[in-house]
Amino acid sequence: MSKTYHLTTPLSDEDVSMLNSGDIVYLNGTIYTARDAAHKRLVDLLDAGKELPFDVKGAVIYFVGPTPPKPGDPIGSAGPTTSYRMDSYSPRLIAEGLKGMIGKGKRNKDVTDACQKHKAVYFGATGGAGALLGKQIKSAEVIAYEELGPEAVRKLEVVDFPVTVINDTYGEDLYKIGRSQYEVK
Amino acid sequence: MREIAYEEIVKNVRDIIVYSASNLPEDALQAMKDAYENEKSPVSKEVLKQLLENADIASSEARPLCQDTGLAVFFVKIGADVKVVGGLLKDAINEGTEKGYVEGYLRASTCEPFSRANLKDTVGYNLPAIIHLYIVEGDKIAIEYAAKGGGSENVSRARVFPPAAGKAGVIEYVKECISDAGPNPCPPLTVGVGIGGTFEKAVISSKHALFRNIGSVNEDPEMAEMEVEIKEVLNKLGIGTMGMGGTETVLAVHIESNPCHIASLPVSVNVQCHSSRHTHITI
Ligand code: SF4
Repeated sequence: MSKTYHLTTPLSDEDVSMLNSGDIVYLNGTIYTARDAAHKRLVDLLDAGKELPFDVKGAVIYFVGPTPPKPGDPIGSAGPTTSYRMDSYSPRLIAEGLKGMIGKGKRNKDVTDACQKHKAVYFGATGGAGALLGKQIKSAEVIAYEELGPEAVRKLEVVDFPVTVINDTYGEDLYKIGRSQYEVK
Repeated sequence: MREIAYEEIVKNVRDIIVYSASNLPEDALQAMKDAYENEKSPVSKEVLKQLLENADIASSEARPLCQDTGLAVFFVKIGADVKVVGGLLKDAINEGTEKGYVEGYLRASTCEPFSRANLKDTVGYNLPAIIHLYIVEGDKIAIEYAAKGGGSENVSRARVFPPAAGKAGVIEYVKECISDAGPNPCPPLTVGVGIGGTFEKAVISSKHALFRNIGSVNEDPEMAEMEVEIKEVLNKLGIGTMGMGGTETVLAVHIESNPCHIASLPVSVNVQCHSSRHTHITI
């Protein structure tokens, strides 16, 4: 049965180990945004032995490229983007201590293996619910790669940001479990 | 000759872009409500509820439904008796697009294919628009517009089959496309299928099929029947809303079929996510 949790970042090994595929989590605290272009730069920094623009230990990265904020708002609409484009970069960040990723869609085996090995989870947020999800973001600040526009790295403060555990630390996958229950062969 | 001012086209295009970004059209909204009623999986039902709530917030607070406000795609039919004064039709559509995306606080998503450099400061904000232009009879301009997001576009595909593949081959191809896509294109989906013509004709037909209102019946009875059949096949895949598992994976299948070469059977599948932002106007 799916359980509901409220968690505050940074996440610990204990936090992520108690989660199972299908659980609903309301995230609070700081999360960071990055898409493909930013991921490439983050991994290039690691390869060059340099420091990342934020502390990746216990961090949660949200794969999102928001719309521009209207005057007075911290951010525009901000739903998840398709995650497989980050598959070639995520395992490296997970090995460095990344504990959570938020996106939509399937991940490859390298990512799910890394989730099991280093204890990290992949959360799904509802794709196309950008207006609703944007309202759970209380502040946003570009901290790196401003020139990438929507793809810049932002530091977000979120309150009860709703996500579902897709891949847990035990190798389970909600997309497979859910589909097998309703597939008519 | 009827004269239509360049500025009038710019304004109309700007307005439909801003409106569409935060208001799901009636047909798509109804289809989502029906999906919510019919869905058997509690998880998918919950997500559908979230999406209906999102549609509500978007329209009442004029916020974009989705952060991917898409590339702007137009099918434009200009009457042979229309003269656009003050500039070119294509320029007017592009200018209206840029205005709409800037003034609506929408995302600029066009970039160079390899350097991935955003084109907002070079070519223009979310430019160029994708414009399919046709000359028809009459003295009006009919504009069909859709904001096409990347998630669903990325799982679309096309192929030229040998004629022997037949209907069964086409159905299997569509099934494979949607099955492989799984959660990625943000289901529940509208599936546009272009059949026949040449390679590019099939692709353009599959795109245009997505502009048809969900719930409308194909004028060709044979295609209408095939649409129902494919929809049933796809809903048996069990993908559900956002891939969480469920009975409502596809809201509609729309087919556009064309005569083709005796040697080939081109097929294209263009996928539309649940955020089906499409509209049309006539000037
Ligand atoms: S596929 Fe559609 S709903 Fe999903 S993120 Fe892209 S535009 Fe939005």
